[in-house]
Amino acid sequence: MREPGQDRLGIALTGLSAVVLFVALGMAFLYAPREATMGDVQRIFYFHVASAWVGFFAFFVTFLAGVGYLARGERQWDILALSSVEIGLTFIAMTVVTGSLWARPVWGTYWTWEPRLTISAVQLLIYIAYGMLRAAIDGPRRKARFAAVYGIVAFVTVPLSWFAIRWWRTIHPDILTGGGGMAITSRMVHTLLVSLAAFTLLYASLLRQRVRLERATDALARLRARIETT
Amino acid sequence: MSNLLYLLCAYIVFWALTFVLVFSIWVRQRRLEREIAALQARLEEVGRGKGVASER
Repeated sequence: MREPGQDRLGIALTGLSAVVLFVALGMAFLYAPREATMGDVQRIFYFHVASAWVGFFAFFVTFLAGVGYLARGERQWDILALSSVEIGLTFIAMTVVTGSLWARPVWGTYWTWEPRLTISAVQLLIYIAYGMLRAAIDGPRRKARFAAVYGIVAFVTVPLSWFAIRWWRTIHPDILTGGGGMAITSRMVHTLLVSLAAFTLLYASLLRQRVRLERATDALARLRARIETT
Repeated sequence: MSNLLYLLCAYIVFWALTFVLVFSIWVRQRRLEREIAALQARLEEVGRGKGVASER
């Protein structure tokens, strides 16, 4: 019999994401070749790009959930938006830190104020402020409405970050055009694709757990209200 | 610092941040489940108490 709180799909998703993540890790170190110019430090790229992808995707989900909340006014959209921001923030922080660790040996500095990096830093701060905004507003409906609008507006940082390396002069590599001094081979592309799949599964698994957490918070609030009226 | 050390640090950062996120969700979930169970038990107790009082 199913125990209360047991989530078989969640467990399966977590297991699958862990397996694919370890496959991606193995491919990054054993299957992908050593990059000719940068050497082994280029292997950071597989998890760096994948974490950036998840960060962007998470903020896109927040954008969609914000639109959903404004259109329908249902709590489930607010839960989805909040949960996705928390995960997106973690992955963008991961992208910024791993990018800096890659930049030190390649560019000779941990940080430079070039367009992509600057926008990433601003994006990180904007989404940290999303949490601060929620904490500062009273009333669940008002909080959700403000957060939805903020989540929609904040999403502008995602296309801005994506196009920053195409619109402005930058030293950041462009993986699609091969610009920035990186020679991409087919094995590197395979490894990157598996990393993207692994991180997407990890995102789905984390999002499911985070949404369950928020629903449990709501259930607790309802129980407290029942006890107060009893 | 050698190139390999930067590579190692980057992957440590990835695993550490993932662990922190998973652990924080797990801890909050456990705490909520405990609180919900305690409140449900209290509600049942209150319900039983009312039942006994109405039988008398």
